[in-house]
Amino acid sequence: MKNNPWRYGILLTLLIFILWVFNLFVGSVKIPPLEVCNLLLGGQPERTSWAFILWESRFPQSVAALCCGMALAASGLMLQTAFNNPLAGPSILGINTGASLGVALVMLLGGGTLGAGVFSLTGFFSVVLAAFLGAAVVMGLILLLSTFIKSSLMLLIVGIMIGYVASSAIALLNFWATAEGVHSYLIWGMGNFGGVSLAQLPLFVGITFLGLLVSLLLIKPLNALLLGPRYAENLGINIRKVRNLLLLATGLLVAITTAFCGPIAFIGLAVPHLARLMLGTSNHNSLLPITILMGAVIALLCNLICVLPGEAGLIPLNAVTPLIGAPVIIYVIVNQRKIQYFN
Amino acid sequence: MKKEKLIISADDLSIGYRVSSHRQKLVHSHLDFQLYRGELTCLLGANGTGKSTLLRTLAASQPPLSGMLFLAGKLLSTYNERELSRMIGVVLTDKTQAGGLSVYDLVALGRQPHTGFFGRLQSSDHAAIEKAIADVCIVHKAHHYVAELSDGERQKALIAKALVQECPLILLDEPTAFLDVVSRIEVMNLLHTLAHTQQKAILLSTHDVEQALVLADKLWLFSEEEGLQCGVTEDLILSGAMNHLFGGESVLFDTQHGTYYPLVGGRKLIRLRASDDLLQHWTINALNRQGYNCLLGEENSQNDQSLRGECPLLTVRSSQELILSNGEQIHRCYSFKELLSILPEATL
Repeated sequence: MKNNPWRYGILLTLLIFILWVFNLFVGSVKIPPLEVCNLLLGGQPERTSWAFILWESRFPQSVAALCCGMALAASGLMLQTAFNNPLAGPSILGINTGASLGVALVMLLGGGTLGAGVFSLTGFFSVVLAAFLGAAVVMGLILLLSTFIKSSLMLLIVGIMIGYVASSAIALLNFWATAEGVHSYLIWGMGNFGGVSLAQLPLFVGITFLGLLVSLLLIKPLNALLLGPRYAENLGINIRKVRNLLLLATGLLVAITTAFCGPIAFIGLAVPHLARLMLGTSNHNSLLPITILMGAVIALLCNLICVLPGEAGLIPLNAVTPLIGAPVIIYVIVNQRKIQYFN
Repeated sequence: MKKEKLIISADDLSIGYRVSSHRQKLVHSHLDFQLYRGELTCLLGANGTGKSTLLRTLAASQPPLSGMLFLAGKLLSTYNERELSRMIGVVLTDKTQAGGLSVYDLVALGRQPHTGFFGRLQSSDHAAIEKAIADVCIVHKAHHYVAELSDGERQKALIAKALVQECPLILLDEPTAFLDVVSRIEVMNLLHTLAHTQQKAILLSTHDVEQALVLADKLWLFSEEEGLQCGVTEDLILSGAMNHLFGGESVLFDTQHGTYYPLVGGRKLIRLRASDDLLQHWTINALNRQGYNCLLGEENSQNDQSLRGECPLLTVRSSQELILSNGEQIHRCYSFKELLSILPEATL
């Protein structure tokens, strides 16, 4: 109870910095550490390819990982509070899949590959917009159903069903798409923080931080929502407005990450639990910032694991995140009687 | 004087739900009532009579179907959310997700109507929170998790949350459900004290008739037949209003002791003479359970006369001396255990 959130904040920030540096030094192509230092300090590269790899691949990839981790963790926490269910998350409720459907529509029906689509600015926006619309439609649908379905467990199952429906729509789209489109969609679906190019990075970071800002502005109503919607209403919270803002922030955060890095599982679900276990409180004043930082740590760690095989190639991101996320969820469920925030 | 204390008044109010734009489900109509500060009011009624609907209407969570509802002299519908949050505090039966908060954090949520955009607590807020935690006597639990509290303590924490909202009116939906006897009495006593010392208007729905009759300044009796009957507890009891609260024939109100008791099937008659009220009460209790209806005392009404001759007579001198006479037979019993074991055969 006496855990100081500032101490954890500083610790996590340090950890983020260390992991981020590691992400710059380690990659599929071996670049001598001294050379990386030299390049980072603005020195002349020994080989131009190394400079290209560092600035065009590793740097944007590590920043994207950092942003995605923050975005997914924050949206996971917001969903868990909004739905009064500690097992809610963007991937469980089908919001990820909704965003995927949006992306699939643009990628597969647009005829081209993701790569071709996002090199132009309009392509960038159309993919993000489609993902946002897909995520928002699914979340709006679930919010609408949540007014009829009072049991949060039932709602969770409905979310999973909606996810399946979106998945089958994607499968049907795949059926009519070109082989090239299917292939690039498949690769995208495995998840990869490398999907953001240096040129797209500022916009990517900008939209992420916009979503995170909205989530930070919602701390007060999120705390009230811990007591459930009727108590929150009595505390002067405009439920409809807050729900719309939650929809906007979560949709934005999930859409931007899904559009570029694929439907990343488990980070949104597991990280809020890690943060709560560490802090020992559900108070969003400290929980939300710590969750955001923790999300960055976990995502950077996952990205590091992905590039570990070195020259042998990349491990798909969605093969790594469950390895970290699933044990956390199982631990939390097994110990739910001992863990305060479940009761 | 009375006028200043009036917090809620309703005039020909109809409550219920709007099913669609044309259809509505009416729960009750023509309700008139007033609620005053400094009084604990208990809302009693069977399940399904609309107690929760009434509370929700008063809390402005759902609009009345028709009629006028005034809060502190202004129409309730003219208040905005923030104004309402400073006028009405609620304690509900909803499941919360607050187990991971400390009691202090939970009570602090009640300050939200008074804090700024980010909900930062000023020193005055902290003072209010500490006072409320002390008022509900859970200071020793202030830094425990809500999940670690007993049901009674959790209810007290939620009452403290309503207190720091600094509302003149507090509505509670069955605050003593799920509580054990001691917690139930503590919570009711606490609410009674708060109503009187802090001049709050407190309205709570409950099934705990016993405590309500002891501590409620006013009773609201809600039933389908009689609608809403409001009044000072004793006036209502002595006017017989309690008898009609629960429609059924098999549940009777014992005006003397302020409790409801069931009529067990199989009405056999027995005459009873007991040397004091205490013995009489518990003997009736025991015999009712065995399916006997007791005829009391010496004075007989004429139409009972014929029955009495054939009835067995039970004379209770003390709990160790119970004498049952049936015609020629006389049984002396030395405990209720003994009496109940011979009763079926002895009264044949």
